Amino acid sequence: MKQFLAFVRKEFYHVLRDRRTLLILFGMPIAQILIFGFALTNEVKDSEILVVDYAKDNASQELLTKIGSSRYFNIRQAALSHNEILSTFRKGKIKAVVVFPAHFNEDLLHQNKAQVQIITDASDVNTANMVTNYLSSIIVDYQNQINANLEIPYRITPEVRMLYNPQLKGAHGFVPGVMALVLLLVSVMMTAISIVREKETGTMEILLVSPFKPVLVIFAKAFPYLALSLVNVTAILLLSVFVLDLPVKGSVALLFAESTLFIITCLALGIFISIKTSSQQVAMLISLMGMLLPTIMFSGFLFPIENMPLPLQVISNIVPSKWFYIIVKSIMIKGLGLAALWRETLILLGMTLFLLLVSLKSFKIRLQ
Amino acid sequence: MEAVVVKNLVKTYGKEQTVAVDDVSFSVGRGELFGLIGPDGAGKTSIFRMLTTLLLPDGGSARVDGHDIVKDFRQIRSSVGYMPGKFSLYQDLTIEENLNFFATVFGTTIEENYHLIKDIYVQIEPFKNRRAGKLSGGMKQKLALCCALIHKPTTLFLDEPTTGVDPVSRKEFWEMLGRLKAQQITILVSTPYMDEASLCDRIALIQGGRILSIDTPQNIIEAYPDRLLAVKANEMYRLLKALESHPDVPSSYAFGEYAHATFRHADTRPLEAYLREQGLTGVEVKDAEVTIEDSFIKLLH
Repeated sequence: MKQFLAFVRKEFYHVLRDRRTLLILFGMPIAQILIFGFALTNEVKDSEILVVDYAKDNASQELLTKIGSSRYFNIRQAALSHNEILSTFRKGKIKAVVVFPAHFNEDLLHQNKAQVQIITDASDVNTANMVTNYLSSIIVDYQNQINANLEIPYRITPEVRMLYNPQLKGAHGFVPGVMALVLLLVSVMMTAISIVREKETGTMEILLVSPFKPVLVIFAKAFPYLALSLVNVTAILLLSVFVLDLPVKGSVALLFAESTLFIITCLALGIFISIKTSSQQVAMLISLMGMLLPTIMFSGFLFPIENMPLPLQVISNIVPSKWFYIIVKSIMIKGLGLAALWRETLILLGMTLFLLLVSLKSFKIRLQ
Repeated sequence: MEAVVVKNLVKTYGKEQTVAVDDVSFSVGRGELFGLIGPDGAGKTSIFRMLTTLLLPDGGSARVDGHDIVKDFRQIRSSVGYMPGKFSLYQDLTIEENLNFFATVFGTTIEENYHLIKDIYVQIEPFKNRRAGKLSGGMKQKLALCCALIHKPTTLFLDEPTTGVDPVSRKEFWEMLGRLKAQQITILVSTPYMDEASLCDRIALIQGGRILSIDTPQNIIEAYPDRLLAVKANEMYRLLKALESHPDVPSSYAFGEYAHATFRHADTRPLEAYLREQGLTGVEVKDAEVTIEDSFIKLLH
């Protein structure tokens, strides 16, 4: 035990004395949360829209005020002719154009039916969709408002509720994703590199020729990274609660327990990589290409898995971060408990045990 | 009981079965300072790694302190001290932290075995808060030796401990080994420097994975079969050319400022005359004192 502690203390010296390691360990999670939280959002906020109003009557003005007063849109300029639309789109500054035909109010009142044209820039599909949805719902809202006192038979009104994330905040999806990314980087890459470094510098030779059990060397190397990763989880949660205004709906204890499980999965992966490689660069490349890329692609954090072709959907199942992402999202945003997540947890647990077993089996107690 | 017994040890590497260690046998008595002398690539490190249980032999067997290097690797690992050829301590830890760490890993404390390392440690103690990576070559070696000694090993394996160390530190290092021997610690040391061979009790000359000769340095020198001359002239290259062409000189080679040449006759005057005839100036011919290096070169031919 004393040996183990001395080893752990030594490991902390390594981490704390290397500025680059420190930067990756603590600078990266904070930077990622802030970047994803503020800069890289796919929310529609203050989108510039162009209005072409041929009607200029009561109804069109009321609807415009409604659109302009929502925090999603800024009415940038009222164009006078149809021709200006395309040229303004080309400049790329506006997200959508709303066109009111002449006699908008009259049509509405006398024919009980009027049309509004919405033109969007579909070179960015997601934004175009979202802008259309928001605009449609504002228009529907206005329609309900003027119909409030009228009895119209046979009317179906879809009552849409955005569950768990009523304000459609982007951070909801990013925080669990960033958490998976950061834990992966710290636990897989840093562990792999730190073990391979002992091989590269030759200290592994001395450690092997000592009464210290080789397996304990591995555990002692992994332990500090478990601790540091948990510090990272705490930091990310604090940032998301106090800076991004995203509270943890479910049990914080459960969240930490699941994070610990995922960290151990990553540590086992890192150990496995370190056993199979002999230089720090190779270890880093494999960790980045082999771990980071699948996490970004297959965890569902940036690209919805449901939209992928079936083979890719199947592949995504072997990426541990996918399951962790689902778990964290469910706990943080939906507030679900273990009863709802036992399946994902079990899968992650199975992966962890498998990886640990494989790593320990392939660990060499000699140089070759 | 012998401290180290090596029998017909073989080690090959890779798919091509490159032979690194070829049927090597020797034994080292307790408290002996035994040297493996040979150039780079002779197989010294492979032998050391097999004896410290880091590599499995492909043939033969060996015992260290009576323990088999394959079956009883655990016992060997807790009783021997090993200092690899490359400096292998933690560069970002200070001298004191390195020493403390290795003491703890071996289940002991600095205080417990301080007497063993005292002579060496006092020399680096003034810098104990300096990081190992910032030390000079000589100080690094002293620290590495301290770390290898801190658990009072029965047998010490030092793989090229003086490579890359300045002459003064090298001399100090060997003096330390002499003192350790007095503590009944068996020491196996490898070195490519022939001049260090005479400081060992016994040496094995090794080349291409095979042992050429094992004996005390004195016996190896005395066993030199030929008369050896030291020849000097103003132009070394032409001197070597001239010696090569002389019928009574079977072999010759540069040796510092002299050329060493084996010679078949008692009278050296005809040789001197011959060299002058060849147009060499400042010719000087005298009997050379045979060194380990001469023996080594002789054995190679």
